[in-house]
Formats: sequence, C-alpha cells, structure tokens
Amino acid sequence: MNGASLLDFARGPAFEAAVAMLSFGIVWRLTGILALRRSVDHSRPRTGFGWMGGLRMIVSRSWPRREFRERVLHWDIISYLFHIGYAVAILGYVPHILLIRNLVGLQWPGLPGGVIAFAAGISAAALLALLGHRMTSPVLRQLSNFDDYFSWFVAFVPLVTGLMAYYNIGDSYQLVLGLHILSGDILFAWLPFGKIMHVILFAFSRGTTGTVYGRRGAAT
Amino acid sequence: MADETIVDVLMRRGLTRRAFMQLCATVTAALALSPADAAEMTKRLEYTPRPTVVYLSYQECTGCLESLTRSFSPGLASLIFNDISLAFNDTLQAAAGKAAESAKDTAMKDAWGKYVLIVDGSVPLPQNGAYCTVAGRSAVSDLKHAASGAAAVVAVGTCAAFGGLPYASPNPTGAVPVSEIVRDRPIINVSGCPPIAEVITGVVIYYTTFGLPALDHLHRPTNFYGNSIHDRCYRRPFYDRGMFAKTFDDEGARQGWCLFELGCKGPITHNACPTMKWNGGTSFPIESGHPCLGCSEPDFWDKGGFYRPLSAPTGHWSRAGVIGGAAAAGAVAGLGVAAVARSYQNRARKGRPSDPDQKNPKP
Repeated sequence: MNGASLLDFARGPAFEAAVAMLSFGIVWRLTGILALRRSVDHSRPRTGFGWMGGLRMIVSRSWPRREFRERVLHWDIISYLFHIGYAVAILGYVPHILLIRNLVGLQWPGLPGGVIAFAAGISAAALLALLGHRMTSPVLRQLSNFDDYFSWFVAFVPLVTGLMAYYNIGDSYQLVLGLHILSGDILFAWLPFGKIMHVILFAFSRGTTGTVYGRRGAAT
Repeated sequence: MADETIVDVLMRRGLTRRAFMQLCATVTAALALSPADAAEMTKRLEYTPRPTVVYLSYQECTGCLESLTRSFSPGLASLIFNDISLAFNDTLQAAAGKAAESAKDTAMKDAWGKYVLIVDGSVPLPQNGAYCTVAGRSAVSDLKHAASGAAAVVAVGTCAAFGGLPYASPNPTGAVPVSEIVRDRPIINVSGCPPIAEVITGVVIYYTTFGLPALDHLHRPTNFYGNSIHDRCYRRPFYDRGMFAKTFDDEGARQGWCLFELGCKGPITHNACPTMKWNGGTSFPIESGHPCLGCSEPDFWDKGGFYRPLSAPTGHWSRAGVIGGAAAAGAVAGLGVAAVARSYQNRARKGRPSDPDQKNPKP
C-alpha cells in the first residue's frame, strides 16, 4: 500500500469504521455503567443537596490535595501540559476543525499553525516524561498493564505523525498524512474500550463519589 | 540526413553561434538546471544526432497536446517542432488514413530502437482493447509494437501516466496507464491534466541531451515534480497563520488567503505550477483563486471531491446514520451487559446472610 492509497483508506473506510466504533463504544460503556444496580444508602442524608458535592468534586479533584501536593504537583503540572497541549492541537488546528465540521456541523475559529505545533510539541514531550515516570516509579509500574501502555501509544502516535506532517518530515507527505489520519482513526476506535475513556468517565466517577460524600456530609 | 545533429539543423536555419548559446542557456534555465549545464548542453547538442519523436494518442482529450502547442517558451517549442524530428502525431500532421499510418511505420522503421515514444492517453484492455482502436488496430497492440522499438517512453498527461479520467471509478473501459503495458523500456511520466507545456518539452529536450532524468517513485522527473504545490505556494504563509478563505468570494479569497478549506490538494500534489506557472508565467490555478485539484497525482478524480478539504473524511456515507446506528447498537449492548451484571448482583445479594435493602432485616 503506497502513501496515496493509505491516505484514501484512512480518510475513507477506516475513518467511517472508527467513528462507528467510537459511537458504539461510548454509548455501550455509559449505558452499561449507568444501568447497574446501586446499593441503597440507609443512612439519613446530612444534606438535601448531596449532588452539589458531586459537582464540586468534579472540579476539586482536578488539583492535588494539600497533603499530597509536594510529592505529586510537578507530575500534575506535566500532565496538564500534556492535556492542554493535546486539546489545543485537536481543537485549534483548522484541518481538525474542518473534520469536525464535516462530521457534526460544528465549527469555530482556528489558531495559527505555529501555535498548534508548539502545543503539540509540548504535549508530546510531556507524554514522554509521563511514560518515563510510569516505567521508573515502582508503584506506578506495578499498577500499569497493557491498557496503560497501549493507550499511551495510541495517544502519542497522532502527535508525532501530526508534527511530521506539519514539518514535512519523511519522504512522502501523503504517507505521513495517511499515517497521521490512520493513527487518529485508531485513537477514535480505541477510546471507549481502554483507559482513554476517562475523557468521559472522569465526570461520572467523580460526580458519583462526590454525591455519596456530599450525602454523608464528607468534604468534597 | 540520418546522422544530422540538432546543431546542424539550427545552423542550416541560419542560427548564429551566439544565438545557439543563448538558446542553450534559455533551455537549461527552463529545465531548472544549473548554469554549468548550459555549457554541457551546448557541447552535447553539437554531437547528438537529431532525435526522432513519435507521438501516439489513445484515450485522451487532446488537452495535453493543446498545452504543448501553446508553449510560451519559443526556444523549447521550436526545438520540439522544428529541430527535433516529430515524425508522427496524428492530430498535428496533414496526412490522414493509410498515408498517415504508412508515415508512422516508415518513421519507426528508420529509427527503430532509437526514437522517443510520447504516449498521450490511457489504454483500455478488455475485449482485446476494442474500446480504443486506431486504423483498425487496438491501442494496446499498437502501443506494444511502438514501444518495442523505442529507446524510451514519455507518458504525457495523467491519463497516460496514471490512467487519469478514463481510469476513474468505475473505469468502464478497463483503462490502464502506459506503465502497466510497457515494462521493458524506461518510462518517464509527465503527469498533469494537462502538464505544463514547458515541462513536456523540457523533459524531451533533457532526455535528448542528457539521457534519463532523475525520477521519483512515480517515475516523474524530480526537477519538475520534486516539490509539492503547497511548499512552493505563495499562499503558504496564510496557511501557517491559520487564515483561510471560506468561500470563493469572501474577504479572505479577495485577500489571497489559503484555499485549504475550499478543498485545495496542494499539500499532496507534486508539480511545478507555482514556479513555472502557465501561459508564459502569468499565473497558476491557485493564483487565479481556485484550489489545486491535484491533477498530477494518481487517482485525483477519486479523492472524495475537489471541494472537500483534505482533512475531511471521504465517502458519501450517512454521518447521522452511522453515528446514530452505532449509538443505538451500543445502547442495546449496554443494556444487555447491565442486565447480566444485575443478575450477578442479585445472585450475590441472595448469597449474603442479610439483605441490606430490606428495611427490617431478620435478626
């Protein structure tokens, strides 16, 4: 398969299949989780607004608590650099916006290519640092499985291929662009089935925990 | 006259030595060669026998020949039409019918093994090539015969180089590019719909003078097809700054902003349009306000739409149907999984010594 046919495949059937898997997987995961039976809390609620605790926790868990700050703050900052850089690269680059417009009809103004390349570069560097941390930290290494490493790989490859396409690195631009779009397709397809699903589930898990805590009068 | 060189022809026409040197300098500049190559070209043309060129046309629209005859580089065009022996071209020549075929056969026989064969158009294969015949002979057998006596084959235009429009889906005539038929001769693909006139003539002159040029993976000369349109485009700074024309007549279009959103295929297209331009260097499609169609690349007709941005998905599938259908299937699967999980929860609960859901559990 040459660059041209890879690009056609990535933009055509692969993208269609990836979007179908993304849609199927997200709804499947959410329905499966939300339809589970929950144990009844027999204790008397300490407040009538337990759900407020849920909303609060969605935000408060985005920053480390004071007790842990000294140990993990720098890793949290690196993690934020990755996430913000990733979001800027995906949502700010005009070719990406055009894809979203073509898919769901939404659009917004884009950012200059240099800003996108800078954000993607920061994001890629942060991802490498986070992988190094995961592989060297004895605790994290014990907690990590295939899902963690594969999800890292699936998130990292679109960044690298995107930067290669932007800077025209490689013999064939079509091949690099095809690889970039295909890696994006794989990211879409994998998202609901691995730990990258946290982009959606983080709100549900924090909200559920926060609501339980709030009902019981615990700090959220 | 068989051993006559190009210089002999030029001198016979009254060209002075100085004018000949100027011509060589002009031609090398048009071919994007170094100044040193002008001297080399001068030397070689003095000894190079006047080449014979046979130009065959098959499934094509004559746009490539139109482009060639409208060359704005008199030096190059003159070399092709006056100084190189264009032995056969069924569109340009006065002869027709049996006289034309006889002229072709004679020209090929006289220069057998040495002539340059220019092919314009794709060639259909099914039904023994019956979809395209010339003088009662199928294009495929005609091409095989002509190629067997050629020193090199120049496939002019995207139809000859990659199949072009006849090759586009569903390819009703089973057309193929020249390279799928001719496998034992060097092939130079001069793609484009049509190619730039100076590129066609430049390749022939280059081959005549220096031999086979450096080719890319699609057998195109790298001195003309080495860069992408995007990399040489004067609108590139606007792409880098994220400034795009949204429609053909908005303020962005008037200001010369990038045409990527309007479907420009410049980033994946290799050609010399931004540097050599058309109509004597007047402009090229992007300069005239239209996105590049990618006409010098294989399968450019089937890339999902000329006006669809390169990053947008191809295919005419129902976005709502696929996303909605997959979501509905996901909901059914999710409910099924939840039902199974609930039955496990129920079973686990029954196994417990007391049921926390009961308001008054048994002591």
